[in-house]
Amino acid sequence: MISSNVSFSIAKRELKSYFATPIALIFLSVFLVLNGFFTFKLGGFYEQGQADLRSFFVWHPWLYLFIIPAISMRLWAEERRTGTIELLLTLPVSLEEAMLGKYLAAWAFLGLSLVLTCPIVFTVMYLGQPDMGVILSGYFGSFIMAGAFLALGCCLSACTSNQVISFVLSTFVCLVLILLGSDPVIGLFQQILPGSFVGQLVNLSFPYHFEAIQRGVINLSDIVYFLSVIVISLMVGIIVIDRKKAD
Amino acid sequence: MEELVEVKNLSRKYGDILAVDGLSFSLKKGEVLGFLGPNGAGKSTTMKILCGFLTPSSGTAKICGFDVVDESREARKLIGYLPENAPLYGEMTVRDFLFFVSEVRQLESSQIPSLVESAVAKTNLSKVLDQRIETLSKGFKRRVGLAQAIVHNPKVLILDEPTDGLDPNQKHEVRNLINEMASEKAIIVSTHILEEVDAVCSRVIIISNGKLVTDSTPMELRLSGKGQTVLDLRLAAGIEEKVVSLLNPISGFSSVKPIGSGLVQVSSNLSRSESILTALKIIKESGIEVKDIGFDSGQLDEVFRDLTA
Repeated sequence: MISSNVSFSIAKRELKSYFATPIALIFLSVFLVLNGFFTFKLGGFYEQGQADLRSFFVWHPWLYLFIIPAISMRLWAEERRTGTIELLLTLPVSLEEAMLGKYLAAWAFLGLSLVLTCPIVFTVMYLGQPDMGVILSGYFGSFIMAGAFLALGCCLSACTSNQVISFVLSTFVCLVLILLGSDPVIGLFQQILPGSFVGQLVNLSFPYHFEAIQRGVINLSDIVYFLSVIVISLMVGIIVIDRKKAD
Repeated sequence: MEELVEVKNLSRKYGDILAVDGLSFSLKKGEVLGFLGPNGAGKSTTMKILCGFLTPSSGTAKICGFDVVDESREARKLIGYLPENAPLYGEMTVRDFLFFVSEVRQLESSQIPSLVESAVAKTNLSKVLDQRIETLSKGFKRRVGLAQAIVHNPKVLILDEPTDGLDPNQKHEVRNLINEMASEKAIIVSTHILEEVDAVCSRVIIISNGKLVTDSTPMELRLSGKGQTVLDLRLAAGIEEKVVSLLNPISGFSSVKPIGSGLVQVSSNLSRSESILTALKIIKESGIEVKDIGFDSGQLDEVFRDLTA
């Protein structure tokens, strides 16, 4: 029995706190600057001479790798450190509602960061005639992938009251999930593991599932994958908090 | 009268350590229960269980008939809780914070402004309503913690060391607030400050190593003490010996001795008031003037040490 009102109140408070502290400003600035740098310098946006946002989206897994743990690390670790977790969870709130509220606030904030990248859409529209469907699909894919990274980080944040540990763990797990799909890692696994198993491992990689969506192909399987990562991570997070409350 | 808090055989383990061990007690409306014990005796753990933050390893606890584990949400709706050190969301303003708590408690939205207003009035927070909590002094922060605990008019109020770290004025304010609310609620106050017990509590429970040692009233507790009342009498210089010889024969006084120029110390097995009255009466009858009386208020401390050491 989850009351959406309660989760909404928690999400509202959480989101406000980003803007009451320098977190929002710094995060948004860094996110946008890095996005620009990756897209134009590393991605060669102009050099490609194509009116699409491939060079923008292709960097997103790498950008999220260290920028999402920066958001997720504080979600529970800070509540634990300051003791407000005791305040929050002794209100008539279920763990599910609290988790959902906090998670949705952070996800919405990431959504806002993505929306603020819209000048690049205008740029590409000015330069040529891009396929808007592909661009929207790319944004959707990036958003849902961000949600999956965030849920993992949120789960790991629940494990500790130390934000540094939370950050490092999240970055490591995200890195593993990105690298699983890369050629050197596949090559490495092919030498030691049976082929079908390697295929399954690649299936766990985030860029692998993001690839099709950013091209404009929305497969149900990719969406189901990201959604299951989100749901499972949050559920594990809830269990962890419930067990570790006493510490 | 109905029991608002009912605790039966409550135990809680942390790993192999038994933090709370078979604790049972109950509380009625109008009672203020002083929850005493040395640090680490299991006070906070018990309170956290009552508030639904921790689950008991065994035993049950009920708030107004609702089990804190099985009907946790209903139980928590009826409790106002001030956790130890009053943790708060520092980046919020006092107003935002109280509204947040009210919303999460799903209070009727049309009533929230008036409920917040009344909690603010009771805790004297109106001056700092729009300040960020992290900018407030410790006393104000504690009051914000109290305000969030009473905003929904809970039947049961659980305060974990509400005056810890406050200055004497602030302590006094918090105790006044507790006294004002006492008649309409069941209140549990944990503390290791014994003067607090005298100031606010109608009942005292002492726990030590997770076990209940005493469940009585502050008065009974004082009387049960083997400890003595110690009176320091200030008189004119030079008449100490005379006073000693006057007081020495009194059967309740175990020792009477001069402790300096014009000072006599009386150790008595009688209660504090009885000791003072007896000593004054005898000295006055012989026409000697007593300039001042000091007494050791450490009687409760001694009982406390006896019971928990």
